[in-house]
Amino acid sequence: MIRLKGFFTGVWEFVVGDDWRSALGVVLALALTALLADAGLSAWWVMPPVVIGLLALSIRRAAKGASHRG
Amino acid sequence: MSGAEIGLVLSVFLACAVEAVEALTIVLAVGATRSWSSALSGVGAATLALAAIVAALGPTLTSLPIGVLRVIVGGLLLIFGLQWLRKAILRAAGLKARHDELQTYAQETEAARAAGAMHSGFDGYAFAISFKGVLLEGLEVAFIVLTFGANQQRVGLAAAAAALAVLLVIAGGAAARAPLARVPENTMKFAVGVMLSSFGMFWGAEGAGASWPGGDGALLAIIPGILMAALALVWTLRRATRWAAGERAVPAVPAVAREPVVLAEPAMAAEPAMAAEPPGQAAADA
Repeated sequence: MIRLKGFFTGVWEFVVGDDWRSALGVVLALALTALLADAGLSAWWVMPPVVIGLLALSIRRAAKGASHRG
Repeated sequence: MSGAEIGLVLSVFLACAVEAVEALTIVLAVGATRSWSSALSGVGAATLALAAIVAALGPTLTSLPIGVLRVIVGGLLLIFGLQWLRKAILRAAGLKARHDELQTYAQETEAARAAGAMHSGFDGYAFAISFKGVLLEGLEVAFIVLTFGANQQRVGLAAAAAALAVLLVIAGGAAARAPLARVPENTMKFAVGVMLSSFGMFWGAEGAGASWPGGDGALLAIIPGILMAALALVWTLRRATRWAAGERAVPAVPAVAREPVVLAEPAMAAEPAMAAEPPGQAAADA
């Protein structure tokens, strides 16, 4: 059980890393894209601004963390 | 070779070269300090483990329906790529330590010497450190090979690009007999982050049912777009860091040195302090 937990923790840290908010944002953006596409609407435009926004927010959080440590 | 296949080869090659340079430093350190045969045995065992992972997961992934595969793998690739890109941006802006192979080599060598006396024959320390180093660095490459390769049904091409990168790094390391400190690792990681994020976004959206304008040609806009956004973030961070440094420098001026000026000419005394302030605190927080 402990080994299984360790395995999943390792996989989580490997793929998601230390910023779960970005991962959640990607999943939600893909879900919104799927909903729009399923409704027959144009959906390609969802991902680019969301990805750039997630990156900027992630960088902002990391930079704030770095300045607090520094 | 199509544009997407060129992107696959380039991304896998760069990612694999960077990780191979890091693994090479570890192997060189333990090999030169302790035992070459044990260190190389660790490399061989880790390579076999990585090959087994790719061989086991590759057919499973490629057997999935393409839509399901693209949304799952595209999403994972995008999440993974954003991690790479975030670290690369922070390094480029000076907020995270850059990789320094000479420093890593020195640390690994020191640790290998401090690990205790060597026994004759097989050296468990050299084997374990080499195995762990190659396996951990290689797992990221295996992930990229599998995701890129499976998405285009070209796992073999991705594996060939990875193998070519490893061979070139090994040849470079053998020729130099030292860590490859002059390889522009940070720039390469930045490029890989841009490619992983771009392809992940493209495939993820396609898998979710979206149709990109221009089909595969949309990548010609997506990749430069992500690159420009990442460079803009580096520029903003560097500017904010400079302003923050200037702000911190103001209190460092000895109060005694400022006092006579304030007493003599109050109007002029205000100028240095104003000039040292950042143009906008909001921008410094960005």
